[in-house]
Amino acid sequence: MPKEAIELFSLFGVGALLVMLVGFYSLLTTRSLIRVMISVELLSKSVMLLLIAAGRAVNRTALAQAMAITLINIEVAVVVVAVGIILCIYRHHKTVDTAVVQEIKG
Amino acid sequence: MTENSINIVLVAALVLAALWTVMTARTLRSAIGLAITSAILAIIMFRLASPLAAVFELSVCAGLIPVIFISTIGLTARVEEESMAAKQREKLRKYAALLVLVLVVAGVLVTMHLPNDFAAPQGPVPTESPQVVMWDLRHVDLIGQIGVLAAGAFGVVILVKVSKRA
Repeated sequence: MPKEAIELFSLFGVGALLVMLVGFYSLLTTRSLIRVMISVELLSKSVMLLLIAAGRAVNRTALAQAMAITLINIEVAVVVVAVGIILCIYRHHKTVDTAVVQEIKG
Repeated sequence: MTENSINIVLVAALVLAALWTVMTARTLRSAIGLAITSAILAIIMFRLASPLAAVFELSVCAGLIPVIFISTIGLTARVEEESMAAKQREKLRKYAALLVLVLVVAGVLVTMHLPNDFAAPQGPVPTESPQVVMWDLRHVDLIGQIGVLAAGAFGVVILVKVSKRA
């Protein structure tokens, strides 16, 4: 692989890992369901950056773009369903705290 | 400014935007931070010769998804202004470790060389377009994607119906 491609992938790989770290930290510490979804979004951003950077490094950008578009589609569906569930929880419990979700039974 | 310097600035901006997204006390600002992160990622995608994915990222992830989040925040109760300052202080205390962690991990990753000798495809690289990959090579994926989007749409319809009856 050319040296330039390796350097490019290393740079964006470091960026993707740092964004992933931020997303995981927020996911583990936050108590708001909306913020949990925002953290999941950050994780998907880091994966998307890795996909595109890897595609560019091996010169298969078309395949990487197709994968990224698939990821975006799935991301939208996940967010819409999760937001619907969060709104239902809010209507029933008047809070979006994760502690409430732990108490739900059945 | 060289190409590499621009890439470094963009990666730094992406990480800073992600940090601001999780560290700000207001959820509304958090949703805006997510949109900014997506917009920076779209610029990076343009620079990595992936314009089609960048357009999707910019329109869907930086446009539609933050709007969905902002609508949700609008439908849930807002935190009173008095408690906001205390919340911001608590957040800064909670996320101070994250700032240190990000700096340490960034230093370690930059100084140690990541394993980057993964096998590149042998032989001539196919010069296909994303459209050809999507429609000709991965058409089964497309059916799956339509199924996922339909499941999402039906899920929301059912949730709204259930909540109206309740």
